[in-house]
Amino acid sequence: MTETSHLAFEGPWDYAPAPESTSHITLQSEYGLFIDGEFVPSASGQQFDSVNPATEDVLARVAKAGSEDVARAVAAARQAATQVWQPMAPAERGKYLFRLARALAERSREFAVIESMDGGKPIRESRDIDIPLASAHFFYHAGWADKLQYAWPGQRVAPLGVAAQIIPWNFPLLMLAWKIAPALAAGNTVVLKPAETTSLTALKFGQLCQDVGLPAGVVNIVTGDGATGAALADAKGIDKLAFTGSTGVGKSLIRSLAGRNIPYTLELGGKAANIVFDDAAIDQAVEGIVNGIFFNQGHVCCAGSRLLVNESIATPLLDKLKSRIETLVVGDPLDKNTDVGAINSKAQLARINDYLGIGREEGATMWQGGSEAPEKGYFCRPTLLTDVAQSSRVVQEEIFGPVLTVQTFRTFAEAQDKANNTPYGLSGGVWTDKGSRIFNMTRQLKAGVVWANTFNKFDPTSPFGGYKESGVGREGGLHGLRAYLKTATESDA
Amino acid sequence: MTEQTLPDLSRLTPVDTVGVNERVARLCSRSIKAESKRQGLLRILSMIDLTTLEGADTSGKVLQLCAKAKQLHNALPDLPRVAAVCVYPTMVACAKEAVQGTGIAVASVATAFPSGQSPLSIKLDDTRAAVAAGADEIDMVIARGAFLSGDYQRVFDEIVAVKQACGRAHLKVILETGELGSLDQVKRASVLAMAAGADFIKTSTGKIQPAATLPVTLVMLQAIRDFTETTGRMVGMKPAGGISKSKLALQYLVMLNETLGPRWLTKQWFRFGASSLANDVLMQLMKIETGRYQSPDYFSKD
Amino acid sequence: MSDHNTRLNVAKTYKLFIGGQFPRTESGRYTKFTLASEGEPVNVCRASRKDFRNACVAARSATSQWSATSGYLRGQILYRIAEMLEGRRSQFIDELQREGMDAVASTGEVDAAIDQLLHFSGWTDKHVQVTSAVNPVSSAHFNFSVPEPMGLVASVASSAHGLTGLVAAIAPAITGANTVVCLASESHPLTAISFAEVLHASDVPAGVVNILTGERAELLEHFASHMDVNALVLADVTDEQRTACQVAAADNVKRVITIDPAQLPGVTIDGLDAVSSLQEIKTTWHPVAN
Repeated sequence: MTETSHLAFEGPWDYAPAPESTSHITLQSEYGLFIDGEFVPSASGQQFDSVNPATEDVLARVAKAGSEDVARAVAAARQAATQVWQPMAPAERGKYLFRLARALAERSREFAVIESMDGGKPIRESRDIDIPLASAHFFYHAGWADKLQYAWPGQRVAPLGVAAQIIPWNFPLLMLAWKIAPALAAGNTVVLKPAETTSLTALKFGQLCQDVGLPAGVVNIVTGDGATGAALADAKGIDKLAFTGSTGVGKSLIRSLAGRNIPYTLELGGKAANIVFDDAAIDQAVEGIVNGIFFNQGHVCCAGSRLLVNESIATPLLDKLKSRIETLVVGDPLDKNTDVGAINSKAQLARINDYLGIGREEGATMWQGGSEAPEKGYFCRPTLLTDVAQSSRVVQEEIFGPVLTVQTFRTFAEAQDKANNTPYGLSGGVWTDKGSRIFNMTRQLKAGVVWANTFNKFDPTSPFGGYKESGVGREGGLHGLRAYLKTATESDA
Repeated sequence: MTEQTLPDLSRLTPVDTVGVNERVARLCSRSIKAESKRQGLLRILSMIDLTTLEGADTSGKVLQLCAKAKQLHNALPDLPRVAAVCVYPTMVACAKEAVQGTGIAVASVATAFPSGQSPLSIKLDDTRAAVAAGADEIDMVIARGAFLSGDYQRVFDEIVAVKQACGRAHLKVILETGELGSLDQVKRASVLAMAAGADFIKTSTGKIQPAATLPVTLVMLQAIRDFTETTGRMVGMKPAGGISKSKLALQYLVMLNETLGPRWLTKQWFRFGASSLANDVLMQLMKIETGRYQSPDYFSKD
Repeated sequence: MSDHNTRLNVAKTYKLFIGGQFPRTESGRYTKFTLASEGEPVNVCRASRKDFRNACVAARSATSQWSATSGYLRGQILYRIAEMLEGRRSQFIDELQREGMDAVASTGEVDAAIDQLLHFSGWTDKHVQVTSAVNPVSSAHFNFSVPEPMGLVASVASSAHGLTGLVAAIAPAITGANTVVCLASESHPLTAISFAEVLHASDVPAGVVNILTGERAELLEHFASHMDVNALVLADVTDEQRTACQVAAADNVKRVITIDPAQLPGVTIDGLDAVSSLQEIKTTWHPVAN
């Protein structure tokens, strides 16, 4: 007997489509604003579409809040803060946060699927990272609610009041959790504005607040575009502003807050260097580079978008990097095997493509890898730009897409200089096997988060935030919590 | 073959264990469905070295094993053959006769398996005896004591000598990674074995825990990739021990696919050393065929 | 009129303090400062924006060395400043009085300033311990957060207090390893420059502290808009000035910190808060495995 010939196994082994089911999710065709515990239409009656960037289909119509709606939301938050949330025993506040953490975990699959449909991120990431981390943020901060007196010995602290929070489209529910969980744990109430293109999980979260019995007005969600965000920042009665988004918008928010004595935390842009020394664990460094720039299509403020590699290993490193990129699956965000999903919006795709054009004009060599992108929807294949210089715009400016610039360096000092030669200072990466070099480089990098021999790691206990134009203040951990509290005076007693 | 020299093992690129584990976790998140699952399971079946390595092995036991190798499951026609049966040297002749003409190879462990704690002359005799009895493949063990004491030259020389003793038989070199202590050592041993002429590198004897693991296998696959890129010579990989479920085997296959690519996706370059994996794969294939979950009672245990 | 047998005193020239040196203002401008007590009016340098710019260059070039200086050594240097000030206590009491303060207040002011410096000298190697954290992340990583200096701090000293206002504008920054360009109070330029002499004699490396005398109304916008300044500390500015500074500071996301002069003088200001307000928190991750 001989082997059957059709089982010769020559050639590739392809992965069949493995789409995540959408049958268990419920989406309404329309969503109102979540104010004072109820979903209500906007005063103007205006709405906008939330679009699936992978299919260009409209998922739902969402109410657009104007200043009148924002004022109502702030008033509801104020009322809830003074009448309900602050008088409540801290341990009871904590219980609500625990409930939110658990409820999110219980419905994690639904949230993950909606997050991927609305924002374009791969289901693998929304399922394994965004939603579990969001739940973890609530769980971590829940425990703080009745322990604030232990956090800063010798200091008495009190909540600020109403926190206005504006979040971006790259990690919609996770940024919501980063904002809401510490605010609530510290005894504040919130008015949150999701990004225009990704409102749906925030609105689902509003329903979750109703389901867990969170008192009305503690969490308010006003959807809309930049004008809604500006209205919220300008609103009378806010006691704190927390913003995550672009440096440009961050600066305009600082100006609008000038003279108003409102504390703020800002998480802004970045252009992080990922520095690979010649003694690095090269295969893991390659993996870290991939996670650093292609995670969430590169829509990550702390993305490792500038690769700085020791010239002596540049060739083998790039060979390995390209081989690895070739295994990335670009496509349907809901396919469980997708590594790189859809670009969040048509506008963002245009912006990325503009930068690719600029890069080529500047003399960069462009290389793209991974599987072919689908015809329909907004996609960008993982991209390397080599032959770039520190003076190139693609090296200096945040692209916010799956685009990695590659530069070489010869000495530690050169790597350090190039890494810090930017107005940004959010994050950085360093890859080396030498302990003393790690501590030296992590100390020299002017950045708020430094990943050594790893990249793009997040945890509720770990403070996150930038130096210089990458932002003000921290989110997460003990340092992030402090930003939602003030030193208590007698009247807070 | 050219004269082999021991490479400088002090200057290897390091391995970061946490990074390896994260890469493994990500590979394991691949979802293998439908036709790609069926194709994967068939490939796995074709890559199995059906193994019995017990002190209590008898010709009766080995004949049963060979019977299973030849007749995997009656309800599933057109299955691929397993790659080989793997036995002790004393059982080679018996196995060889039993699988004659089927295309199934006979692999024999040798070199004072599993400890390797015997003089080289005995290891070479062991090897020659197995080859003389008809072994197509020799699974040798490295001298871990020598390796851990830093006597890389001795480990290297032994592999070179055994390779020579193999003649035309293929040589798989077992690193016994469960005794090496770190992934850096796994990489070092892999580089050493390949430089010494190994046709395959293999994780484990199956007698030591942990046996094959996904992180260890990833490091070995990456070592193979680097070796092939440098020398142009392909080397095979065999994880062995502890792989008894289809799902896990598919994860190994995904790892192989995304680390070394499709060229390695055949029994010529990849093997599973396993005894009970075959039946689990058969159960999964039957599930795909019939749509019903299966009971072990319907699959022959040999 | 002095008769020819009386010794003529040697008048002190009050210059700027930039990069460890005492240059005159590049602009050649001066402000005539009339003493409250007997004596000739003093020509005080009226620093220009270019002086400020030069001071920033000096301060920036001192940041890397100063931030790499151990907390222990920085503590000793701050202690040394206190020590030197103590030794010149009577000079400062005298100078404050020449600027118009009464004898009791001047004595209290100098004593408080010395005690403040002593207080801060003890924070240099402790604030890091108090505000650091090892964060128990749920993955296989070691993760810790430590404060680091923001870098270059531009600081406007309180007009209400002669010496404690100056110390409050400088000490928190250098305690936390920042470098400073400080605009002295318009009403206390003499003590400010004398204090620069104290710094000069106290092993403070050149450029770590730079002191300008000049007009707040003229210089404030440059302090707020300089793109290489990381943080701006403002004491008793008007609401309009502060708002204007906050708007200008947005251009490079400069941190703006206001000091409440009501908390001066004395060590009543929260030293830790003052130091921490000029620190960034850096979080570092590293895998843990063998």
